[in-house]
Amino acid sequence: MKPITRLQSRTAVLTDENIDTDRIIPARFLTTTVREGLGKLCFNDWRYQSDGSDNPAFPLNQPQSQGCEILVAGRNFGCGSSREHAPWALLDYGIKAVLCSEIADIFRNNALKNGLLAIVIAEAQHRWLLDNPGVELTIDVQAQTITLPDGSNVAFTLEPFARHCLLNGVDQLGFLLQHTDAIGNFEKQEKAA
Amino acid sequence: MTARTLFEKVWDAHVVAPETTDTPAVLYIDLHLVHEVTSPQAFSELRQRGLTVRRPDRTLATLDHSTPTLPTGADGVRPYTNAAARAQVEQLEANCAEFGVTLHGWDSDQRGIVHVIGPELGATQPGMTIVCGDSHTSTHGAFGALAFGIGTTEVGHVLATQCLLQRKPKTLAIHVDGKLPAGVGAKDLILHIIGSIGVDGGTGYVLEYRGSTIEALSMEERMTVCNMSIEAGARAGLIAPDETTFAWLKGRPMAPQGADWDAAVARWRALRSDEGASYDREVHFDASKIGPTVTYGTHPGMASALSATLPEPTNAQERRARDYMHYEPGQSMEGMAVDVVFVGSCTNSRLPDLREAASVLRGRHVADGVRMLVVPGSEAVRRDAEREGLHQVFLDAGAEWRVPGCSMCIAMNGDLAQPGQLVVSTSNRNFEGRQGKGARTVLASPATAAASAVAGVIADPRVYLTEVAA
Repeated sequence: MKPITRLQSRTAVLTDENIDTDRIIPARFLTTTVREGLGKLCFNDWRYQSDGSDNPAFPLNQPQSQGCEILVAGRNFGCGSSREHAPWALLDYGIKAVLCSEIADIFRNNALKNGLLAIVIAEAQHRWLLDNPGVELTIDVQAQTITLPDGSNVAFTLEPFARHCLLNGVDQLGFLLQHTDAIGNFEKQEKAA
Repeated sequence: MTARTLFEKVWDAHVVAPETTDTPAVLYIDLHLVHEVTSPQAFSELRQRGLTVRRPDRTLATLDHSTPTLPTGADGVRPYTNAAARAQVEQLEANCAEFGVTLHGWDSDQRGIVHVIGPELGATQPGMTIVCGDSHTSTHGAFGALAFGIGTTEVGHVLATQCLLQRKPKTLAIHVDGKLPAGVGAKDLILHIIGSIGVDGGTGYVLEYRGSTIEALSMEERMTVCNMSIEAGARAGLIAPDETTFAWLKGRPMAPQGADWDAAVARWRALRSDEGASYDREVHFDASKIGPTVTYGTHPGMASALSATLPEPTNAQERRARDYMHYEPGQSMEGMAVDVVFVGSCTNSRLPDLREAASVLRGRHVADGVRMLVVPGSEAVRRDAEREGLHQVFLDAGAEWRVPGCSMCIAMNGDLAQPGQLVVSTSNRNFEGRQGKGARTVLASPATAAASAVAGVIADPRVYLTEVAA
């Protein structure tokens, strides 16, 4: 994973609450055995019309949403299944951060492990961002702040280890493998008990 | 020593390295369940790094999500929905062979939905930590195990190290007391609970279901309840093991045997929340007030009593759900026309679920124009059901009797509904498009699903069950 310290982009907004992982990527696309190439399927059934053309009513299809790397979504984004295909699809589509007042647990874990900034923010600021699509934000992972267009800062908190891994490009499996001796000792004690 | 909850006891017993401000705990995993959809990229990762599976003996794989539920044809060809589904299954077969993982594949008489076969085999045991790349892993909490879904990156972590990096979640006690009315079951209960605490009411928590109603539930009913913990946002939901648990597990192939069994039960008896243990949050329910319950909207928190008048939408999501589901505020869900009925999934595909559906269908017929699929959760359930003649009840009623798998719950194997069709389903998710693009899902108990199949409209099962009893 490449280190991520800072992200600057305009926001695209999906106001719907409880956007589940089936909406992010429908299950029929989960027969893949690789991580790549899921961006074109992201939000598939919402984004395309039945003839395969873009659905103009889908907010991310609108001209002002193009190139936006920060998604502001309604409360409880990513609920439902544990499919990591959801963050893979979002990243491949070009979304690098999701801002929300509440993010489902499994999705948030999966997102952060892939370098997708899943950031929980306070309700008042979430409301403001939902109501003001297209604003330019700067997310500073080190300082844990989001800078708004007027220069003011919104604070957020990332789980410290997830933040450390994002900032330094740390591979969590590598970190776990450093505990191999402790894991072996745990297994020995368990066997003895 | 301070009083601890059941969750805390299981957690504490699995900490390899404690959490600090900077780092999560390293938590040991006793059982890792694997299926074809969320594992291929994890095995690839191991291969790229030259790693092995640390504990193949604690890893158990099956085929369930992408698998066809129609039998192999006369030509010997298994009817996969497409080449990708076949390739995915073959990939798991190859991965298990390469890494030495036991696979309950096509040739196993124990194959089935991962959350059905774990308990059936006795692999699922009280006090264990259990994970799987599947959010319904919470099912195994019915045995007093800490069981939760993980993503594919974490599947790789567990394959390689048998451990996960975890922050300790908060605890939410769900007390349920009183007797469930006749014809009202575990599915109605959990839909009622989710409808009350909300689709995100459990986010950040591990749930513990407790109280006299929970203690009176069978293991299959407890699995139905714990299965849907994730539908309230909770990664895990537990029930303290008791005599019901021990009796259910005893003699199962992977359960301890002989003196080991006695020692295990003695250990398991301590797995309950201590008197005075405190939870971060507690909620209470009166089971006697619950009736048949179904969902009306597009997430499991939008649930209501079958006969209750549905409210006018008050926000954008409810308006969207009304427009998608075509429900009428001011009316109830009862009487809404049905196109498809699905009995199956890790929520409701076990033998008692099939008996419940069959008790409504026996001597009756699925209404004209309604298609009904019954998909047993495992080969063992299929065998037991056929031994009892349940398959014949379904076939005589005009339903389809299929081969085990996830089928229409996730609708990625070709079993799906058409746009606009209304499905009464015993599964766990009613998200937009979950059972096929544009399909409308109403979650219900097996009895309500079967009654709706007979009536051709969403129906109260108690009418039919009373007739059976009389």
